[in-house]
Amino acid sequence: MDEPWKGSALDASVQHAPAREIIAIRHLSKTYGGRGEGVTALSDIDCTIRDGEFLSIVGPSGCGKSTLLKILAGLMPASDGNALLNGTPIEGPRRDIGVVFQSPVLFPWRSVLGNVLLPADVQRLARETMTKRANDLLALVGLSGFEQRYPWELSGGMQQRVALVRALIHDPALLLMDEPFGALDAMTREQMNVELQRIWIESRKTVVFITHSTSEAVFLGDRVMVMTPRPGKIGDLFTVDLPRPRTLDVMTTDAFGVYVRRIRKSLNAGGGLE
Amino acid sequence: MSSPRNFALRLLLIALVLLLWEGAVRVFEVPLFILPAPSSVFVAFYRGFASGLYVDHIWVTVGETLLGFVLGTALAFVLGTVIALSRPLEYFLYPFVVMFQAMPKVALAPLIIVWFGLGLASKVVNAGLVAFFPLMVNTIVGLRSAEEDKVNLMRSLAASRTQIFWMLQLPNAMPYIFAGLEIAMIFALIGAIVAEFVGAQSGLGMLIQSMNFTMDVAGQFSVLLLLSFIGLVLNWIVTSVRGRVLFWDASTKFSDEAAKKEVA
Repeated sequence: MDEPWKGSALDASVQHAPAREIIAIRHLSKTYGGRGEGVTALSDIDCTIRDGEFLSIVGPSGCGKSTLLKILAGLMPASDGNALLNGTPIEGPRRDIGVVFQSPVLFPWRSVLGNVLLPADVQRLARETMTKRANDLLALVGLSGFEQRYPWELSGGMQQRVALVRALIHDPALLLMDEPFGALDAMTREQMNVELQRIWIESRKTVVFITHSTSEAVFLGDRVMVMTPRPGKIGDLFTVDLPRPRTLDVMTTDAFGVYVRRIRKSLNAGGGLE
Repeated sequence: MSSPRNFALRLLLIALVLLLWEGAVRVFEVPLFILPAPSSVFVAFYRGFASGLYVDHIWVTVGETLLGFVLGTALAFVLGTVIALSRPLEYFLYPFVVMFQAMPKVALAPLIIVWFGLGLASKVVNAGLVAFFPLMVNTIVGLRSAEEDKVNLMRSLAASRTQIFWMLQLPNAMPYIFAGLEIAMIFALIGAIVAEFVGAQSGLGMLIQSMNFTMDVAGQFSVLLLLSFIGLVLNWIVTSVRGRVLFWDASTKFSDEAAKKEVA
Protein backbone atom coordinates (compact mmCIF):
# COMPACT_ATOMS: atom_id res chain seq x y z
CA MET A 1 0.00 0.00 0.00
CA ASP A 2 1.18 3.46 -0.83
CA GLU A 3 1.90 5.39 2.34
CA PRO A 4 3.30 8.78 1.41
CA TRP A 5 3.91 9.89 4.98
CA LYS A 6 6.17 6.92 5.67
CA GLY A 7 9.72 7.98 6.21
CA SER A 8 8.85 11.60 6.78
CA ALA A 9 10.40 12.72 10.04
CA LEU A 10 7.76 12.84 12.75
CA ASP A 11 8.17 15.97 14.73
CA ALA A 12 10.38 15.34 17.71
CA SER A 13 8.54 17.65 20.07
CA VAL A 14 5.42 15.49 20.00
CA GLN A 15 5.53 12.44 22.16
CA HIS A 16 3.81 10.16 19.73
CA ALA A 17 3.14 6.61 20.67
CA PRO A 18 4.87 4.29 18.26
CA ALA A 19 3.08 4.45 14.96
CA ARG A 20 0.51 1.76 15.73
CA GLU A 21 -2.35 1.63 13.28
CA ILE A 22 -5.67 2.42 14.96
CA ILE A 23 -7.92 2.81 11.95
CA ALA A 24 -7.69 1.00 8.68
CA ILE A 25 -10.08 1.99 5.92
CA ARG A 26 -10.20 -0.55 3.13
CA HIS A 27 -11.83 0.09 -0.27
CA LEU A 28 -14.62 2.00 1.39
CA SER A 29 -17.47 3.15 -0.88
CA LYS A 30 -20.85 4.64 -0.24
CA THR A 31 -23.67 4.97 -2.73
CA TYR A 32 -26.94 6.68 -1.89
CA GLY A 33 -30.09 5.59 -3.64
CA GLY A 34 -28.97 2.33 -5.19
CA ARG A 35 -30.30 0.39 -8.21
CA GLY A 36 -27.37 1.47 -10.28
CA GLU A 37 -28.53 5.09 -10.60
CA GLY A 38 -27.64 6.09 -7.05
CA VAL A 39 -25.28 8.89 -6.20
CA THR A 40 -21.79 7.77 -5.29
CA ALA A 41 -20.68 9.79 -2.27
CA LEU A 42 -17.48 7.90 -1.55
CA SER A 43 -15.46 5.82 -3.92
CA ASP A 44 -12.77 3.37 -2.93
CA ILE A 45 -11.34 5.18 0.09
CA ASP A 46 -8.19 3.49 1.34
CA CYS A 47 -6.14 4.81 4.22
CA THR A 48 -4.80 4.14 7.66
CA ILE A 49 -4.67 6.39 10.72
CA ARG A 50 -2.06 5.97 13.41
CA ASP A 51 -2.76 5.91 17.11
CA GLY A 52 -2.54 9.41 18.54
CA GLU A 53 -2.52 11.05 15.15
CA PHE A 54 -4.36 14.26 14.26
CA LEU A 55 -5.73 13.84 10.75
CA SER A 56 -7.36 16.82 9.07
CA ILE A 57 -9.66 16.23 6.14
CA VAL A 58 -10.40 19.13 3.78
CA GLY A 59 -12.58 19.13 0.76
CA PRO A 60 -15.29 21.14 -0.96
CA SER A 61 -18.95 20.75 -0.01
CA GLY A 62 -20.38 17.52 -1.30
CA CYS A 63 -17.10 15.64 -1.43
CA GLY A 64 -18.43 13.07 1.00
CA LYS A 65 -16.31 13.99 3.99
CA SER A 66 -19.30 14.08 6.31
CA THR A 67 -20.42 10.75 4.90
CA LEU A 68 -17.00 9.32 5.70
CA LEU A 69 -17.27 10.62 9.24
CA LYS A 70 -20.76 9.18 9.68
CA ILE A 71 -19.50 5.79 8.52
CA LEU A 72 -16.57 5.98 10.95
CA ALA A 73 -19.02 6.93 13.72
CA GLY A 74 -21.10 3.88 12.87
CA LEU A 75 -24.13 6.02 12.09
CA MET A 76 -24.32 4.82 8.52
CA PRO A 77 -23.28 1.57 6.86
CA ALA A 78 -20.77 1.52 4.01
CA SER A 79 -21.95 0.19 0.66
CA ASP A 80 -18.69 -1.58 0.04
CA GLY A 81 -15.41 -2.14 1.85
CA ASN A 82 -15.04 -1.46 5.52
CA ALA A 83 -13.31 0.51 8.25
CA LEU A 84 -11.54 -1.22 11.11
CA LEU A 85 -11.06 0.42 14.49
CA ASN A 86 -8.47 -1.40 16.57
CA GLY A 87 -8.84 -4.39 14.29
CA THR A 88 -12.62 -4.77 14.51
CA PRO A 89 -14.92 -3.54 11.77
CA ILE A 90 -17.12 -0.54 12.54
CA GLU A 91 -20.59 -1.95 12.02
CA GLY A 92 -22.64 0.31 14.21
CA PRO A 93 -22.24 2.94 16.91
CA ARG A 94 -19.40 2.07 19.29
CA ARG A 95 -18.66 3.17 22.79
CA ASP A 96 -14.99 3.88 22.08
CA ILE A 97 -15.75 6.76 19.70
CA GLY A 98 -16.52 10.37 20.58
CA VAL A 99 -18.19 12.68 18.07
CA VAL A 100 -18.29 16.49 17.92
CA PHE A 101 -20.80 17.84 15.45
CA GLN A 102 -20.92 21.18 13.66
CA SER A 103 -23.46 22.52 16.15
CA PRO A 104 -22.93 21.86 19.86
CA VAL A 105 -26.07 19.67 20.10
CA LEU A 106 -26.50 20.28 23.83
CA PHE A 107 -29.69 19.26 25.64
CA PRO A 108 -31.27 22.43 27.09
CA TRP A 109 -32.82 20.52 30.00
CA ARG A 110 -29.42 19.34 31.19
CA SER A 111 -26.89 21.56 32.93
CA VAL A 112 -23.36 21.85 31.57
CA LEU A 113 -22.29 19.00 33.87
CA GLY A 114 -25.38 17.00 32.93
CA ASN A 115 -24.63 17.39 29.23
CA VAL A 116 -21.03 16.38 29.73
CA LEU A 117 -22.15 13.29 31.66
CA LEU A 118 -24.62 12.21 28.95
CA PRO A 119 -22.26 9.54 27.52
CA ALA A 120 -21.61 8.29 31.06
CA ASP A 121 -25.35 8.01 31.67
CA VAL A 122 -25.94 6.24 28.38
CA GLN A 123 -23.09 3.81 28.98
CA ARG A 124 -23.93 3.44 32.69
CA LEU A 125 -20.49 4.43 33.91
CA ALA A 126 -20.02 5.20 37.58
CA ARG A 127 -21.30 8.71 38.11
CA GLU A 128 -18.87 9.66 40.87
CA THR A 129 -15.65 8.96 39.00
CA MET A 130 -17.15 10.41 35.85
CA THR A 131 -18.15 13.61 37.65
CA LYS A 132 -14.59 14.01 38.84
CA ARG A 133 -13.33 13.44 35.32
CA ALA A 134 -15.92 15.89 33.98
CA ASN A 135 -14.75 18.57 36.39
CA ASP A 136 -11.13 18.02 35.37
CA LEU A 137 -11.97 18.22 31.67
CA LEU A 138 -14.15 21.30 32.17
CA ALA A 139 -11.23 22.93 33.95
CA LEU A 140 -9.02 21.95 31.01
CA VAL A 141 -11.22 23.92 28.62
CA GLY A 142 -11.58 26.83 31.05
CA LEU A 143 -15.17 26.16 32.07
CA SER A 144 -14.66 25.69 35.81
CA GLY A 145 -17.51 27.33 37.68
CA PHE A 146 -19.96 26.77 34.83
CA GLU A 147 -20.91 23.20 35.80
CA GLN A 148 -24.38 24.11 37.00
CA ARG A 149 -25.14 26.61 34.23
CA TYR A 150 -27.45 25.77 31.36
CA PRO A 151 -26.48 25.72 27.68
CA TRP A 152 -28.51 28.82 26.78
CA GLU A 153 -26.48 30.82 29.29
CA LEU A 154 -23.24 30.14 27.38
CA SER A 155 -21.70 31.71 24.27
CA GLY A 156 -21.28 29.70 21.08
CA GLY A 157 -17.62 29.00 21.76
CA MET A 158 -18.32 27.87 25.30
CA GLN A 159 -21.10 25.58 24.08
CA GLN A 160 -18.74 23.95 21.61
CA ARG A 161 -16.20 23.43 24.39
CA VAL A 162 -18.87 21.65 26.40
CA ALA A 163 -19.53 19.47 23.35
CA LEU A 164 -15.81 18.71 23.15
CA VAL A 165 -15.65 17.71 26.81
CA ARG A 166 -18.74 15.54 26.32
CA ALA A 167 -17.00 13.75 23.45
CA LEU A 168 -13.96 13.07 25.66
CA ILE A 169 -15.71 12.08 28.89
CA HIS A 170 -15.92 8.34 28.22
CA ASP A 171 -12.29 8.31 27.16
CA PRO A 172 -12.87 7.18 23.57
CA ALA A 173 -10.07 5.79 21.44
CA LEU A 174 -11.09 7.98 18.55
CA LEU A 175 -12.43 11.52 18.38
CA LEU A 176 -14.39 12.44 15.25
CA MET A 177 -14.97 16.13 14.61
CA ASP A 178 -17.24 17.36 11.82
CA GLU A 179 -16.47 21.02 11.15
CA PRO A 180 -16.82 21.73 14.86
CA PHE A 181 -15.81 25.38 14.68
CA GLY A 182 -17.51 26.22 11.39
CA ALA A 183 -20.25 28.24 13.08
CA LEU A 184 -17.91 30.33 15.23
CA ASP A 185 -16.51 33.75 14.46
CA ALA A 186 -12.91 33.93 13.21
CA MET A 187 -11.36 34.99 16.51
CA THR A 188 -13.16 32.42 18.64
CA ARG A 189 -12.29 29.87 16.03
CA GLU A 190 -8.55 30.53 16.29
CA GLN A 191 -8.76 30.36 20.08
CA MET A 192 -10.57 27.06 19.83
CA ASN A 193 -7.90 25.73 17.48
CA VAL A 194 -5.19 26.54 20.01
CA GLU A 195 -7.21 24.95 22.79
CA LEU A 196 -8.02 21.87 20.77
CA GLN A 197 -4.33 21.39 20.05
CA ARG A 198 -3.51 21.70 23.74
CA ILE A 199 -6.22 19.21 24.70
CA TRP A 200 -5.08 16.86 21.99
CA ILE A 201 -1.47 16.99 23.20
CA GLU A 202 -2.61 16.34 26.77
CA SER A 203 -5.12 13.61 26.00
CA ARG A 204 -3.25 12.01 23.06
CA LYS A 205 -6.43 10.98 21.34
CA THR A 206 -6.58 10.02 17.73
CA VAL A 207 -8.53 12.79 16.02
CA VAL A 208 -10.20 12.87 12.62
CA PHE A 209 -11.02 16.52 11.99
CA ILE A 210 -13.14 17.63 9.07
CA THR A 211 -12.96 21.25 7.99
CA HIS A 212 -13.54 23.67 5.15
CA SER A 213 -10.59 25.78 6.17
CA THR A 214 -7.19 24.98 4.73
CA SER A 215 -5.34 26.97 7.38
CA GLU A 216 -7.24 25.27 10.18
CA ALA A 217 -6.40 21.90 8.65
CA VAL A 218 -2.69 22.75 8.49
CA PHE A 219 -2.58 24.39 11.91
CA LEU A 220 -4.06 21.34 13.64
CA GLY A 221 -3.11 18.38 11.51
CA ASP A 222 -0.22 15.94 11.56
CA ARG A 223 -1.46 15.10 8.13
CA VAL A 224 -3.98 16.77 5.87
CA MET A 225 -6.09 14.63 3.60
CA VAL A 226 -7.57 16.40 0.59
CA MET A 227 -10.79 14.94 -0.79
CA THR A 228 -12.11 15.48 -4.27
CA PRO A 229 -15.81 15.57 -5.04
CA ARG A 230 -18.20 13.46 -7.09
CA PRO A 231 -17.35 10.80 -6.31
CA GLY A 232 -15.54 11.48 -3.04
CA LYS A 233 -12.01 10.22 -3.32
CA ILE A 234 -8.76 10.82 -1.55
CA GLY A 235 -6.77 13.36 -3.51
CA ASP A 236 -3.46 14.14 -1.87
CA LEU A 237 -2.11 13.47 1.58
CA PHE A 238 0.20 16.05 3.10
CA THR A 239 2.36 15.53 6.14
CA VAL A 240 2.63 18.75 8.11
CA ASP A 241 6.09 19.10 9.61
CA LEU A 242 5.62 22.05 11.91
CA PRO A 243 6.85 21.94 15.49
CA ARG A 244 4.32 21.46 18.32
CA PRO A 245 2.83 23.09 20.17
CA ARG A 246 2.00 25.40 17.33
CA THR A 247 1.07 28.96 18.21
CA LEU A 248 -1.05 31.29 16.13
CA ASP A 249 2.19 32.96 15.03
CA VAL A 250 3.03 29.88 13.02
CA MET A 251 0.31 30.93 10.60
CA THR A 252 2.38 33.86 9.46
CA THR A 253 5.48 31.77 8.69
CA ASP A 254 6.59 30.84 5.18
CA ALA A 255 6.53 27.12 5.91
CA PHE A 256 2.86 27.38 6.93
CA GLY A 257 2.09 29.41 3.82
CA VAL A 258 3.70 26.80 1.62
CA TYR A 259 1.51 24.04 3.09
CA VAL A 260 -1.61 26.12 2.66
CA ARG A 261 -0.75 26.94 -0.94
CA ARG A 262 0.05 23.35 -1.84
CA ILE A 263 -3.21 22.15 -0.34
CA ARG A 264 -5.19 24.89 -2.09
CA LYS A 265 -3.61 23.88 -5.36
CA SER A 266 -4.50 20.27 -4.75
CA LEU A 267 -8.07 21.30 -3.94
CA ASN A 268 -8.35 23.38 -7.07
CA ALA A 269 -7.00 20.58 -9.19
CA GLY A 270 -9.61 18.26 -7.75
CA GLY A 271 -12.64 20.45 -8.29
CA GLY A 272 -11.91 23.50 -6.25
CA LEU A 273 -13.05 25.15 -3.08
CA GLU A 274 -16.32 26.97 -3.35
CA MET B 1 -46.76 48.42 31.33
CA SER B 2 -47.56 47.02 34.76
CA SER B 3 -46.79 50.06 36.86
CA PRO B 4 -48.94 50.68 39.97
CA ARG B 5 -50.53 53.56 38.11
CA ASN B 6 -51.56 51.41 35.17
CA PHE B 7 -52.85 48.77 37.52
CA ALA B 8 -55.05 51.37 39.19
CA LEU B 9 -56.26 52.48 35.75
CA ARG B 10 -57.10 48.90 34.92
CA LEU B 11 -59.25 48.56 38.04
CA LEU B 12 -60.84 51.90 37.29
CA LEU B 13 -61.77 50.76 33.79
CA ILE B 14 -63.40 47.58 35.12
CA ALA B 15 -65.32 49.64 37.70
CA LEU B 16 -66.40 52.04 34.96
CA VAL B 17 -67.70 49.26 32.71
CA LEU B 18 -69.65 47.74 35.61
CA LEU B 19 -71.04 51.14 36.47
CA LEU B 20 -72.14 51.83 32.88
CA TRP B 21 -73.75 48.39 32.72
CA GLU B 22 -75.57 49.00 35.99
CA GLY B 23 -76.66 52.48 34.87
CA ALA B 24 -77.85 51.34 31.45
CA VAL B 25 -79.92 48.50 32.89
CA ARG B 26 -81.56 50.89 35.38
CA VAL B 27 -82.15 53.76 32.95
CA PHE B 28 -83.58 51.60 30.16
CA GLU B 29 -85.41 49.37 32.65
CA VAL B 30 -84.16 46.15 31.09
CA PRO B 31 -86.12 43.23 32.54
CA LEU B 32 -84.19 41.01 34.94
CA PHE B 33 -84.73 37.87 32.81
CA ILE B 34 -83.04 39.52 29.78
CA LEU B 35 -80.01 41.19 31.29
CA PRO B 36 -79.50 41.51 35.02
CA ALA B 37 -77.52 44.44 36.41
CA PRO B 38 -74.16 43.66 38.01
CA SER B 39 -75.65 44.31 41.41
CA SER B 40 -78.27 41.55 40.91
CA VAL B 41 -75.53 39.20 39.71
CA PHE B 42 -73.52 39.85 42.84
CA VAL B 43 -76.58 39.34 44.99
CA ALA B 44 -77.20 36.01 43.27
CA PHE B 45 -73.55 35.14 43.69
CA TYR B 46 -73.68 35.88 47.39
CA ARG B 47 -76.94 33.99 47.92
CA GLY B 48 -75.62 30.96 46.10
CA PHE B 49 -72.66 30.75 48.40
CA ALA B 50 -74.48 31.74 51.59
CA SER B 51 -77.03 28.96 51.09
CA GLY B 52 -74.24 26.45 50.45
CA LEU B 53 -75.86 25.61 47.11
CA TYR B 54 -72.84 26.47 44.96
CA VAL B 55 -70.20 24.73 47.03
CA ASP B 56 -71.61 21.24 46.47
CA HIS B 57 -72.05 21.81 42.75
CA ILE B 58 -68.56 23.26 42.43
CA TRP B 59 -67.04 20.12 43.91
CA VAL B 60 -69.09 17.91 41.63
CA THR B 61 -68.02 19.75 38.48
CA VAL B 62 -64.40 20.21 39.52
CA GLY B 63 -64.20 16.55 40.52
CA GLU B 64 -65.60 15.39 37.16
CA THR B 65 -63.24 17.72 35.33
CA LEU B 66 -60.11 16.61 37.17
CA LEU B 67 -60.96 12.90 36.97
CA GLY B 68 -61.70 13.22 33.26
CA PHE B 69 -58.53 15.22 32.74
CA VAL B 70 -56.32 12.68 34.51
CA LEU B 71 -57.85 9.63 32.84
CA GLY B 72 -58.12 11.22 29.39
CA THR B 73 -54.61 12.65 29.32
CA ALA B 74 -53.01 9.53 30.83
CA LEU B 75 -54.58 7.43 28.11
CA ALA B 76 -53.68 10.04 25.47
CA PHE B 77 -50.07 10.07 26.60
CA VAL B 78 -49.78 6.29 26.45
CA LEU B 79 -51.49 5.97 23.08
CA GLY B 80 -49.62 8.97 21.65
CA THR B 81 -46.32 7.47 22.75
CA VAL B 82 -47.13 4.10 21.25
CA ILE B 83 -48.15 5.70 17.96
CA ALA B 84 -45.10 7.98 17.87
CA LEU B 85 -42.72 5.08 18.44
CA SER B 86 -44.29 2.49 16.19
CA ARG B 87 -44.71 3.16 12.48
CA PRO B 88 -46.96 0.13 11.83
CA LEU B 89 -49.28 1.09 14.68
CA GLU B 90 -49.40 4.64 13.41
CA TYR B 91 -50.28 3.42 9.95
CA PHE B 92 -53.18 1.30 11.13
CA LEU B 93 -54.52 3.61 13.84
CA TYR B 94 -54.23 6.84 11.89
CA PRO B 95 -57.59 6.65 10.07
CA PHE B 96 -59.36 6.33 13.43
CA VAL B 97 -57.39 9.21 14.88
CA VAL B 98 -58.20 11.48 11.94
CA MET B 99 -61.88 10.58 12.01
CA PHE B 100 -62.25 11.19 15.73
CA GLN B 101 -60.23 14.35 15.55
CA ALA B 102 -62.49 15.88 12.93
CA MET B 103 -65.58 15.00 14.96
CA PRO B 104 -66.82 17.63 17.43
CA LYS B 105 -66.44 15.53 20.58
CA VAL B 106 -69.15 17.37 22.51
CA ALA B 107 -71.67 16.03 19.98
CA LEU B 108 -71.07 12.60 21.53
CA ALA B 109 -72.37 13.76 24.90
CA PRO B 110 -75.99 12.52 24.44
CA LEU B 111 -74.72 9.07 23.47
CA ILE B 112 -72.38 8.97 26.41
CA ILE B 113 -75.23 9.80 28.77
CA VAL B 114 -77.16 6.87 27.29
CA TRP B 115 -74.17 4.55 27.75
CA PHE B 116 -72.91 5.69 31.13
CA GLY B 117 -76.00 7.07 32.87
CA LEU B 118 -76.82 10.33 34.57
CA GLY B 119 -74.19 10.06 37.29
CA LEU B 120 -70.51 10.81 37.62
CA ALA B 121 -69.27 8.23 35.10
CA SER B 122 -70.78 9.85 32.01
CA LYS B 123 -69.32 13.28 32.95
CA VAL B 124 -65.87 11.85 33.55
CA VAL B 125 -65.96 9.94 30.27
CA ASN B 126 -67.09 12.99 28.33
CA ALA B 127 -64.50 15.25 29.96
CA GLY B 128 -61.79 12.65 29.34
CA LEU B 129 -62.82 12.18 25.72
CA VAL B 130 -62.66 15.90 25.00
CA ALA B 131 -59.32 16.24 26.85
CA PHE B 132 -57.86 13.22 25.09
CA PHE B 133 -57.14 14.48 21.58
CA PRO B 134 -55.19 17.68 22.15
CA LEU B 135 -52.74 15.80 24.34
CA MET B 136 -52.45 12.76 22.12
CA VAL B 137 -51.68 14.80 19.02
CA ASN B 138 -49.19 16.98 20.89
CA THR B 139 -47.50 13.92 22.37
CA ILE B 140 -47.03 12.42 18.92
CA VAL B 141 -45.72 15.67 17.42
CA GLY B 142 -43.49 16.30 20.44
CA LEU B 143 -41.90 12.87 20.50
CA ARG B 144 -41.19 13.13 16.79
CA SER B 145 -39.69 16.61 17.04
CA ALA B 146 -36.21 15.64 18.28
CA GLU B 147 -33.62 17.15 15.95
CA GLU B 148 -31.68 14.78 13.74
CA ASP B 149 -28.36 15.93 15.23
CA LYS B 150 -29.52 15.08 18.73
CA VAL B 151 -30.73 11.67 17.64
CA ASN B 152 -27.41 11.11 15.88
CA LEU B 153 -25.55 12.12 19.01
CA MET B 154 -27.47 9.56 21.06
CA ARG B 155 -26.97 6.91 18.40
CA SER B 156 -23.25 7.66 18.20
CA LEU B 157 -23.06 6.88 21.92
CA ALA B 158 -24.60 3.49 21.22
CA ALA B 159 -27.75 4.44 23.12
CA SER B 160 -30.62 1.95 23.06
CA ARG B 161 -34.06 2.95 21.80
CA THR B 162 -35.28 3.05 25.37
CA GLN B 163 -32.47 5.41 26.32
CA ILE B 164 -33.16 7.64 23.33
CA PHE B 165 -36.79 7.79 24.47
CA TRP B 166 -36.11 8.65 28.12
CA MET B 167 -33.06 10.85 27.71
CA LEU B 168 -33.97 12.68 24.50
CA GLN B 169 -37.43 12.25 23.02
CA LEU B 170 -39.48 12.58 26.20
CA PRO B 171 -37.78 15.67 27.68
CA ASN B 172 -37.70 17.15 24.20
CA ALA B 173 -41.46 16.61 23.87
CA MET B 174 -42.26 18.29 27.19
CA PRO B 175 -43.07 21.75 25.77
CA TYR B 176 -45.57 20.14 23.39
CA ILE B 177 -46.99 17.93 26.11
CA PHE B 178 -47.55 20.86 28.46
CA ALA B 179 -49.15 22.90 25.69
CA GLY B 180 -51.46 19.93 25.19
CA LEU B 181 -52.16 19.65 28.92
CA GLU B 182 -53.15 23.30 29.14
CA ILE B 183 -55.76 22.87 26.43
CA ALA B 184 -56.82 19.48 27.78
CA MET B 185 -57.57 21.00 31.19
CA ILE B 186 -59.93 23.63 29.77
CA PHE B 187 -61.42 21.11 27.36
CA ALA B 188 -62.12 18.75 30.26
CA LEU B 189 -64.11 21.48 31.98
CA ILE B 190 -66.08 22.09 28.77
CA GLY B 191 -66.68 18.35 28.43
CA ALA B 192 -67.96 18.04 31.97
CA ILE B 193 -70.31 21.04 31.62
CA VAL B 194 -71.72 19.86 28.29
CA ALA B 195 -72.39 16.40 29.70
CA GLU B 196 -74.16 18.05 32.65
CA PHE B 197 -76.30 20.05 30.22
CA VAL B 198 -77.43 16.88 28.52
CA GLY B 199 -78.39 15.07 31.69
CA ALA B 200 -77.23 15.27 35.28
CA GLN B 201 -78.39 15.37 38.86
CA SER B 202 -75.82 17.87 40.10
CA GLY B 203 -72.97 20.12 38.95
CA LEU B 204 -72.69 23.69 37.73
CA GLY B 205 -73.84 22.79 34.21
CA MET B 206 -76.99 21.23 35.63
CA LEU B 207 -77.42 24.33 37.79
CA ILE B 208 -77.29 26.61 34.74
CA GLN B 209 -79.89 24.41 33.04
CA SER B 210 -82.29 24.52 35.99
CA MET B 211 -81.80 28.30 36.41
CA ASN B 212 -82.66 28.67 32.75
CA PHE B 213 -85.97 26.91 33.32
CA THR B 214 -86.82 29.25 36.19
CA MET B 215 -85.64 32.34 34.28
CA ASP B 216 -83.06 33.04 36.96
CA VAL B 217 -80.74 34.92 34.57
CA ALA B 218 -78.85 36.67 37.37
CA GLY B 219 -78.13 33.25 38.84
CA GLN B 220 -76.85 32.01 35.49
CA PHE B 221 -74.53 35.00 35.25
CA SER B 222 -73.19 34.25 38.69
CA VAL B 223 -72.49 30.60 37.75
CA LEU B 224 -70.79 31.74 34.54
CA LEU B 225 -68.59 34.00 36.61
CA LEU B 226 -67.81 31.07 38.85
CA LEU B 227 -66.96 28.84 35.86
CA SER B 228 -64.49 31.30 34.40
CA PHE B 229 -62.89 31.56 37.82
CA ILE B 230 -62.62 27.76 38.02
CA GLY B 231 -61.16 27.72 34.50
CA LEU B 232 -58.55 30.26 35.55
CA VAL B 233 -57.55 28.25 38.61
CA LEU B 234 -57.31 24.98 36.66
CA ASN B 235 -55.22 26.67 33.98
CA TRP B 236 -53.03 28.21 36.64
CA ILE B 237 -52.34 24.76 38.12
CA VAL B 238 -51.07 23.47 34.78
CA THR B 239 -49.00 26.56 33.94
CA SER B 240 -47.32 26.63 37.32
CA VAL B 241 -46.33 22.96 37.07
CA ARG B 242 -45.12 23.70 33.56
CA GLY B 243 -43.04 26.61 34.81
CA ARG B 244 -41.22 24.25 37.16
CA VAL B 245 -40.72 21.42 34.70
CA LEU B 246 -39.93 23.54 31.66
CA PHE B 247 -37.55 26.02 33.28
CA TRP B 248 -35.21 25.36 30.36
CA ASP B 249 -37.73 26.18 27.66
CA ALA B 250 -36.83 29.83 27.26
CA SER B 251 -39.15 30.32 24.33
CA THR B 252 -42.68 29.99 25.59
CA LYS B 253 -43.76 31.22 22.18
CA PHE B 254 -42.73 27.87 20.83
CA SER B 255 -45.22 25.96 22.95
CA ASP B 256 -47.91 28.55 22.42
CA GLU B 257 -47.66 27.87 18.72
CA ALA B 258 -48.07 24.18 19.34
CA ALA B 259 -51.05 25.01 21.52
CA LYS B 260 -52.73 27.12 18.87
CA LYS B 261 -52.51 24.35 16.33
CA GLU B 262 -54.56 22.15 18.60
CA VAL B 263 -57.42 24.47 19.44
CA ALA B 264 -60.23 23.06 17.39
